[in-house]
Amino acid sequence: MFESIVSQLRTFWTVLMHTFTGYETVQYPEEMPYLAPRYRGRIVLTRDPDGVERCVACNLCAVACPVDCIALQKTEDEDGRWYPEFFRINFSRCIMCGFCEEACPTYSIQLTPDFEMCEYDRQNMVYEKEHLLIDGPGKYPDYSFYNVAGKSIAGKAKGEAENEAPPVDIRDLLP
Amino acid sequence: MDCLTEFLLTDWVYATVSVVVVFVILLNITILMVWLERKIVADMQDRLGPMRAGPFGILQTVADGIKLLFKEQIMPSRAEKWVYLLAPAIAVITAFLMFLVVPIAKPISVLINGQIRTLDFVVMDLNIGVLYILAISSIAVYAVVLAGWSSGSKYPLLGGVRATAQAISYEAAMGLSLVSVVMYSSLADIGGVNNGLSVSHLVELQSGTLENIFGGRAAFLLKFVPAWNVWPLIIPFAIFIIAALAETNRAPFDLAEAEQEIVGGFHTEYSGMRFAMFFLAEYVNIFTMSAVGASLFLGGYHFPPFDGLVGWLGVFLSFGVFITKVMAIFFLFIWLRASVPRFRYDQLMTLGWKILLPLTLINLMVTGAVVLWLEA
Repeated sequence: MFESIVSQLRTFWTVLMHTFTGYETVQYPEEMPYLAPRYRGRIVLTRDPDGVERCVACNLCAVACPVDCIALQKTEDEDGRWYPEFFRINFSRCIMCGFCEEACPTYSIQLTPDFEMCEYDRQNMVYEKEHLLIDGPGKYPDYSFYNVAGKSIAGKAKGEAENEAPPVDIRDLLP
Repeated sequence: MDCLTEFLLTDWVYATVSVVVVFVILLNITILMVWLERKIVADMQDRLGPMRAGPFGILQTVADGIKLLFKEQIMPSRAEKWVYLLAPAIAVITAFLMFLVVPIAKPISVLINGQIRTLDFVVMDLNIGVLYILAISSIAVYAVVLAGWSSGSKYPLLGGVRATAQAISYEAAMGLSLVSVVMYSSLADIGGVNNGLSVSHLVELQSGTLENIFGGRAAFLLKFVPAWNVWPLIIPFAIFIIAALAETNRAPFDLAEAEQEIVGGFHTEYSGMRFAMFFLAEYVNIFTMSAVGASLFLGGYHFPPFDGLVGWLGVFLSFGVFITKVMAIFFLFIWLRASVPRFRYDQLMTLGWKILLPLTLINLMVTGAVVLWLEA
């Protein structure tokens, strides 16, 4: 009984003292809240250090997406690189869960600390590839998928990637 | 000029003017109180609160009021039409009625046409003031109950049922806590006039310091203690505050509206201005309950250093003292709202019947014994 009364009084005191502490909230449009670099906001598509788009249209992001907001179509250029013919994210559906970023094998799709995507027209919430692509490499500045992958493209044959051994001739019996 | 003053002091004109003045004061102070509550609660919860409408959001209530005024008023098809429309009216009318007997400033004597008139700053100095307050505050519960019943919907009905149980449980404790005030005041009431229940009379008895009441047998220090009822009657004061919280449906006793459980309770089905009526009534009720508490326990407009002042300066200062005390109790209401979680239904009944009621009865006996002993 006595303890619970003391506990109540302590509650009152703590609450009263909080009147004089600062505020957790900010006046939003005038004062921006701090967002961590890995905050999950608007989605972007990044490029290689060479400026080529990273996306290889593997479709893993679209598969991982729990709300099915990503749509894309694979195509191939004359060098043998895969890239999306179109890449579409419907931000009116997107829940910013970041699963696509985790699924992406090429660090192409990334989430940025920006959440200000209001539109008066719902159609404008659908971003096409030209809206999603940014010029830089995003969070992984040195990574280039074709430099580490075994796939051969024009100017890089099999076995020429980083940390890759020359291909073995499987029909050769010599050790 | 004299002609005008004389006209203003005819009984019915004076009554009308004071009604209008009190009405306007209450309406304006309600607007301020809503803003204050939102700001203070926000402060206690480390938020900013309303900031946009006017400096520091002081016009937020006005903006809300205008919004509610222009909103559509929806009536459920299964509502009992007349009762449904009557309930908000009862809420507002009773809320304003209760304030009639509370004096807001020191009376002043003025000389008009060679005769002395006393201006008392109370709309109607009923000689049964305390009973009147209790009666009206009981009627105020009807608004909640009728609103809940007539909406023709489940949640409001639950809210109404809760309000009924709550009102019955706490009315008794509140009434008995006020009885001890009346008993104690008979100590100071030398004249023994026949208006021991009039609120302004009870306030008048709390003027000066405790020396006036306990006279010779008290220590020198009593000179510096205001003769407010709260010192000897601290337990009834605490019980009164708790009962007032329950009476005005405030947290932690806001079961009747409990937004998280029964989506607003009795006012779920009210929208637009009809809802605003309930909102207004709630805050006027809080102000009035605080005013009653300030008058009966904290000495109303009395503050010993200002008691000697005469003339209009004294009147204005006493009004300031009164408002300060009311706001102090209102702050206590807000503070409790920010700190204490809502009671469960059975906890509420237990507190009312098993703790508060016995406590008030014991306190009443003790007060009675002490008063008799001191008088003898």
